[in-house]
Amino acid sequence: MAASNKQKLQLDLGTVALYGTLVLFGWLSIYSAAYNPLVPSPFAFSEEYGKQLVWIGVCVFLIVIILYLDAEVFNKLAIYIYLFFVLLLMLVLVVGKEVNGAKAWFGIGAFGIQPSEFSKIGVGLFLSKFISSSGMQLKNLRTRIQAFAIIGLPACLILLQPDVGSLLTFLAFILVMYREGMSGNVLIAGFASVVIGTLSIVIGAGRTTYPYFGEMSSIWTFILSLFGLSILALIFVRNFVVPRSRRMLYSVTVISLILASSLAFSINYIVDNVLEKHHKERIYVMLSLPVEREDATYNSEMAKITVGSGGLVGRGFHQGPMTQNNYVPEQWTDFIFSAVAEEWGFLGSVTVILLFFALIYRLVVLAERQRSQFSRVYGYCVAAIIFMHLLINIGMVLGLAPIIGIPLPFFSYGGSSLMAFTMLLFIMIRLDAERLSIFR
Amino acid sequence: MNNDNRRYTFLFIVGTICVIYIVRLFALQVATSEWKNKGSRLTEREVVVYPSRGNIFDRNGKVLVTNQTVYDLMVLPKDLQPFDTTEFCKLVNLPYEELKEILKKSTSYPNVKYKPSPVIKQMLPEEYALFAERLYKFPGFFVQARTLRTYPESLGALVLGDVGEVNGDILKSHPDYRKGDYIGLNGIEKSYEKELRGKRGIKYVYRDNLGVEHSVANGQLDSAALEGVDLYATIDAELQKYGEKLMQNKRGCIVAIEPSTGEILALVSAPTFDPNLLVGRARGQNFAALAKNPLKPLFNRATQAQYRPGSIFKLAQSLTALQLGSITKDTRIACNRSLIGCHGAHSMDDLEMAIVHSCNPYFRGVLQRVVEANRDPNNRAKDAAIGLSIWNEQIRKLGFGSNLGSDLPNMKKGNVPSTEYYNKKYGVEGWNFSTIYSIAIGEGELLINPVQMCNLACIIANRGFYVPPHTVKQIGRGGTARTEYVTRVDVGVKPEYFETVVNAMEKVVGPGGTANSIKLSDIVICGKTGTVQNEPREDHSVFVCFAPKENPKIALAVYVEYAGFGGTWAAPISSLMIEKYLKGGTTNTGREELIMNAKILN
Repeated sequence: MAASNKQKLQLDLGTVALYGTLVLFGWLSIYSAAYNPLVPSPFAFSEEYGKQLVWIGVCVFLIVIILYLDAEVFNKLAIYIYLFFVLLLMLVLVVGKEVNGAKAWFGIGAFGIQPSEFSKIGVGLFLSKFISSSGMQLKNLRTRIQAFAIIGLPACLILLQPDVGSLLTFLAFILVMYREGMSGNVLIAGFASVVIGTLSIVIGAGRTTYPYFGEMSSIWTFILSLFGLSILALIFVRNFVVPRSRRMLYSVTVISLILASSLAFSINYIVDNVLEKHHKERIYVMLSLPVEREDATYNSEMAKITVGSGGLVGRGFHQGPMTQNNYVPEQWTDFIFSAVAEEWGFLGSVTVILLFFALIYRLVVLAERQRSQFSRVYGYCVAAIIFMHLLINIGMVLGLAPIIGIPLPFFSYGGSSLMAFTMLLFIMIRLDAERLSIFR
Repeated sequence: MNNDNRRYTFLFIVGTICVIYIVRLFALQVATSEWKNKGSRLTEREVVVYPSRGNIFDRNGKVLVTNQTVYDLMVLPKDLQPFDTTEFCKLVNLPYEELKEILKKSTSYPNVKYKPSPVIKQMLPEEYALFAERLYKFPGFFVQARTLRTYPESLGALVLGDVGEVNGDILKSHPDYRKGDYIGLNGIEKSYEKELRGKRGIKYVYRDNLGVEHSVANGQLDSAALEGVDLYATIDAELQKYGEKLMQNKRGCIVAIEPSTGEILALVSAPTFDPNLLVGRARGQNFAALAKNPLKPLFNRATQAQYRPGSIFKLAQSLTALQLGSITKDTRIACNRSLIGCHGAHSMDDLEMAIVHSCNPYFRGVLQRVVEANRDPNNRAKDAAIGLSIWNEQIRKLGFGSNLGSDLPNMKKGNVPSTEYYNKKYGVEGWNFSTIYSIAIGEGELLINPVQMCNLACIIANRGFYVPPHTVKQIGRGGTARTEYVTRVDVGVKPEYFETVVNAMEKVVGPGGTANSIKLSDIVICGKTGTVQNEPREDHSVFVCFAPKENPKIALAVYVEYAGFGGTWAAPISSLMIEKYLKGGTTNTGREELIMNAKILN
């Protein structure tokens, strides 16, 4: 449509097709998971599947608008779009509707709008604009701090809601900055932090009786192990490393030990004393640690059972006993992947994962072929945000991540999420369509 | 740019996560069925489809035992939602405390959340109807239909038997039963459990989000319930009912058998009770009350009582002695009342008249001729030991000391004293004929049960054989009885010996006989009275008979406890039974009324 009007527009049809496939697959899953036999029509607008159709219609409208807009608009208006969503995030803290303990929604009649979903577009655009501005080098500490500030402002506002899930998806931007030149140590440190954090929770959950000190939290065993490892590392450096590198490695080892110990302590402290009880339980459930309430394991257990119920080829559309009997609460939102897994089986679930991988891969290809750095950074933002959602959401359904309420892109029921991802993606498609006209 | 290679790091991270998730999916979905099975346990429910037990009809096709539908109100804890307990308790008429207790129990054991347990058992349809339409308001509660026994004729409680739910003890001995199954505990219900039970069916269902149950896999896994087989009893409902009426307010029993087939026409144990009392929720309470009743209505006097038979045993003695050649029908023995008491005017009877007069010294003499036959001339004790063994062997052929191969459960065998028995009691050679002679007249250690007494009448009526007494003549419509109940058992006594006995029994019910009063103008009854001494209480009144004399249709044994002389109660009851069975009723309504109204319970 838009392409026919503007001769020079070259839509990447592969990405559009992947988008269409995911949205269709997503809607079918909602139609099955939220199916109400009393109102079987897919156009039953009282039901989630009917409403989602409306949202899909709205998305088509948004796509048309985005494709008609000049690509330059996104570059030029990036900062205003960013500020607009920051404003909305502030506003929602004041006039927002509280749902499940988080003030994250604007209530408009029967519908709700979740500004945190849209704010990723603003952050993506503004971060791209900032990094692509002349003279910005992410190796530069000052630039890094500024970039983190751009990400941090909306992140803090989301933390105030509080919405831990949406907050975590902002980690996607670290991946983007890594691509744009930030040290890879960030990723190594991040990975190490996850390992240390997990171990400190798992080990810290127990209690051990120590000589002379009596019974204390087992976290001390972990700290002692860290010390032991550091001493081994120092001995190794002293004996097997060339003398001129020794001084630096000594300090790295000592600093790592201090950082790791502080991280272990603070994570342990946060889990025990800062987090709310249900958050702590969710983490414990994921790590297979014992929890007091049987209910705490319910969602995770039901999700795993629902996935397992699918088997190799699945139970068939509208045939999954767990899905059709609503064993997973509000399955059509964050747990929609379990419905896919049950009704389409291992083959269907793998297909969905591969579709997502193909989309992310395609976005990386699109990003890398951009002539403008703005478009490239933005492309990585889109790919990384979709990836973070995939990572957390499917990890949660499969019992590999704690239960964190974030939607699966294009699949989960909800207008905000679908519209936000559609806009996020089609802005990239729009930018890509004009890549050849840049520098012409 | 120098960071261009980082795209591969990015894709590597994404790819790695995708691979991890695919491996995890494989582990959950394909590698093991653990999670799938957990799901099946959650969503699918095994619904036991209880078969309806077979019906029991009487010999004329009248329904004796059939089924009625009742409802168990069940609770499935996993489906429970907060509900208005006050309204619920009011609706189903259950005290709140009880409901609380039930709910606590139903949810307390591990994994029991997915297992339904009963809240109220065996509600009648009218009770269920009161709240059926409002049950939907209470998710987690549902109703399971079951069947209960019902006895339209309210008769034959002990011969038909009762059913109960399988409990712990029965489960151990019957591994193919499950808790909550029904099992026959007595009478025909017990003997023919295998046929009546049918086969339990299983239906796998899952419930959708509206609570509607659907079959799993189009019902391919289900097994249909197989209904129990209908039985046609040998019992004649009219005769049974009549017998129970005659015996009301008395203790004792009536056994009526068709001699040629061994079919039990009536088996009355008095006092009796309405079998419907042992059905449904009131069963436990009623059972306890019946068990406590000093008149022992749960005790089946017809099969489990072991009585001394008294004079009726003289019939068996006669046949035995004749067959062993110890006497002939012409043998005369003096009525020497110094040896044993007697009554009536006679002095030197032959066998036939001795039976008619029930002459005690005569039968003392008969047994003496059997037992003290000089087989060991030097030792009286040894002589008796040898003689008694010979007697015992012969008399057992008449069915005494055995359960006759009958299908009546828990039938007692009685006691026919043997040489070993007396050796044990008195020591080897510690006894001789004069120690044991009271068994000659059916007293002493001799114990016979009423079915055996009636069977003796059958043997005489058949002139030499019996068919094991049984209660079911057809298994299934148009079926047959079990094979063992169509074969005759020969008792090893020559037919000609029966003529003397039959003629004597005819004279008993005739002028000068002890049961003269029951003589009928149109039916020849052959009988023998008995009066079993019971010092210091009143005697038991006993009568065995068959009728008509030629081609007999019915044989009877009637035992009325503590009622006095045999001719007074047992004989008239027998004659009324015979008239009822052969003619449909009696014209002697005065006698009928007298007996029905008599109360002999002291």
